[in-house]
Amino acid sequence: MSAKTEIQYAQQTAANEEMKGSSMLIRALAEENVDVIFGYPGGAILPTYDEIYKTGIRHILSRHEQGAIHAAEGYARVAGKPGVCVVTSGPGATNVVTGIADAMIDSLPLVVISGQVATSVIGTDAFQEADMVGITMPVTKHNYQVRSVEDLPRVIKEAFHIATTGRPGPVLIDLPKDVSVATGIFNYENELDLPGYHPTVHPNRLQIKKLQDAVTKAEKPVILAGAGVLHAQGAEELTTFAETQGIPVASTLLGLGAFPGEHEQFLGMAGMHGTYAANMALHEADLLISVGARFDDRVTGNLEHFAPTATIAHIDVDPAEIGKNIETHIPVVGDAREALKSLVEMDGERGDFTAWKNTLHEWKTKYPLWYNEDDETIKPQRLMEEVYEATNGEAIVTTDVGQHQMWAAQYYHFNKPNRWVTSGGLGTMGFGFPSAIGAQFAEPDTPVVAVLGDAGFQMTAQELSILQELNLPVKIILVNNASLGMVRQWQQLFYEERYSNSLFPIQPDFVKMAEAYNIKGSRIDNLEEVRGALDEALAHDGPALIDFRVTPDENVYPMIAPGKGHHEMEGVTP
Amino acid sequence: MKRTITATVNNNSGVMNRITGLFARRQFNIESITVGMTENPDVSRMTFVVNVDNYRSLDQVIKQLNKQVDVLKVRDITDESTVERELALIKVVAAPQHRSEIEAVASPFRASIIDVGRESVTLQVTGDQEKVEALIDLMKPYGIKELARTGVTAFKRSSKKTTIDNPRYSIIN
Repeated sequence: MSAKTEIQYAQQTAANEEMKGSSMLIRALAEENVDVIFGYPGGAILPTYDEIYKTGIRHILSRHEQGAIHAAEGYARVAGKPGVCVVTSGPGATNVVTGIADAMIDSLPLVVISGQVATSVIGTDAFQEADMVGITMPVTKHNYQVRSVEDLPRVIKEAFHIATTGRPGPVLIDLPKDVSVATGIFNYENELDLPGYHPTVHPNRLQIKKLQDAVTKAEKPVILAGAGVLHAQGAEELTTFAETQGIPVASTLLGLGAFPGEHEQFLGMAGMHGTYAANMALHEADLLISVGARFDDRVTGNLEHFAPTATIAHIDVDPAEIGKNIETHIPVVGDAREALKSLVEMDGERGDFTAWKNTLHEWKTKYPLWYNEDDETIKPQRLMEEVYEATNGEAIVTTDVGQHQMWAAQYYHFNKPNRWVTSGGLGTMGFGFPSAIGAQFAEPDTPVVAVLGDAGFQMTAQELSILQELNLPVKIILVNNASLGMVRQWQQLFYEERYSNSLFPIQPDFVKMAEAYNIKGSRIDNLEEVRGALDEALAHDGPALIDFRVTPDENVYPMIAPGKGHHEMEGVTP
Repeated sequence: MKRTITATVNNNSGVMNRITGLFARRQFNIESITVGMTENPDVSRMTFVVNVDNYRSLDQVIKQLNKQVDVLKVRDITDESTVERELALIKVVAAPQHRSEIEAVASPFRASIIDVGRESVTLQVTGDQEKVEALIDLMKPYGIKELARTGVTAFKRSSKKTTIDNPRYSIIN
């Protein structure tokens, strides 16, 4: 829906009109084409909520601020537009800090508006006062406290610009109550004046040439695709470049979908629980082209053993990522899509990678992902394969962090970009469910499947209210192993099976819990019923929850143990 | 290695907090920070002396500073022709019989006595870090009661020279 046509406030577009700060805020959101806000009201933000009431701008009421911010993240990830979250001062604002940090480390564009106590009492420990600018400084791309109503239009305009350009990220605007009721002139036409902010979008031609020359000369090249490709909307360019040059592609966790998951050149996810082929390709490569990935420790393993023989080329829009974790030989600062486009246009001479391709093909066929089927229990890996088939690989999949996240990443093949919403860098439990809500708002007609652990779901389960209220057709797939699976796995492997606080002997009845919100719930504990239950839930035109009781002590393999290199993977074969 | 970095920043509230917070969370070691307004009241100049292990860490310091929206320009001026100055106030234990001796030691440093008490004198010295440290070392045997240093502030010289700095014959010239 278009915010501008539907909402009455946008009808009055006279510039330089005098209005209250809260009206300016809503007007500015309309100028930025914001069609949905996720939030929760409270004292200091009351003037803004009054304006939301009057204008009818679409607002989704979460039941906890953490739900609102993760929903905004899910929306941003899928829509490629900034997610907007509005909360009150003090506890309302501190409740969104986890989501802001999550968006920061995964580079998601958010504009967060937090109410604040009146400027006259800031600094006096007033009721519901918290120093949000101070608290969020390390976890935002930038933040503001608006001290004067005249600054408000400029600040909002800058916030949207900063959140969405260069390397995307969250921007917080702290809005004192008196500023939101003060009146001033609304002017949204002014040019941006940010002398300290000039992201480099277009890469240097010479560096592109250098990279292409390296490709031509290489014998064992590999591309590592990260989320930067998705943020730049460069999936198509990546595929074209990889295909025309014949370079195999591995992906980071967050980069899944940047290259078709079933493409013959795709090696799978690299990293701690990545495929043998992807990790060994990185280890043996003589040219590693990282596109929009940041060499996170879960991807690289022990840096000492990382890509020991490779020339490292690194394309990143954030210059600070280049050289941060590993030494780079061919740095390319710029937008991933622009860089890939330049490479495609250059149409450089192809190298001869026949021997390399044969090796990779052998690894892929000899060491695929594996698990042992049993007749009694539902293997979580099998469950993921069933979800993939039941949704024809077309669903948007969201997850929390942990075992279920890794299984989803391994067994759900993303052939299209922006279908995979997961908390990568921060590893936030409780992210998956509310982010599915946001994703559903971004794409109302695409099936959204929230693959959740039983523990993570309980961190933000209160948002079932949103599903009930709006009959939002999100399907919740609980991968229920009655434990904190990944914690349990590490305790088994590295703490001599001392399962400290990771097993849940007592669990709620998740079916009844869903039913309490008038949501269709079911429990499945044998394999034969899995597909039927999935089909039924997907066919249902409202929300549904299925509590899948999976093998409780299944581990995620293969694995690079902490401190080890890519060549030291464990659990590669049964 | 020690590097001197200058940055021009927006003179907004909280900018100092952004910068020091950045240094702390990225585990960059700062030896000193100075900040003050420039000829443009909207812009402040900050001078950092940082201690880094290698050029890659130095590169990170500069890049992370550049990422800040309020940071306008960052420059590592260590290897350039620069003017660097620091001011120190040194309160030295000085019984009357030692005063003239202290004064004599301070004089080649062009340090001045700015306060005299019954048992102490306070010296003010200006210069680069080495000079300031040399005087502090010389004062130590008398007993330093209090010491306050501003940290280094610096900028590039107007004339570009190929040499790193003027040739120097001693620490105090």
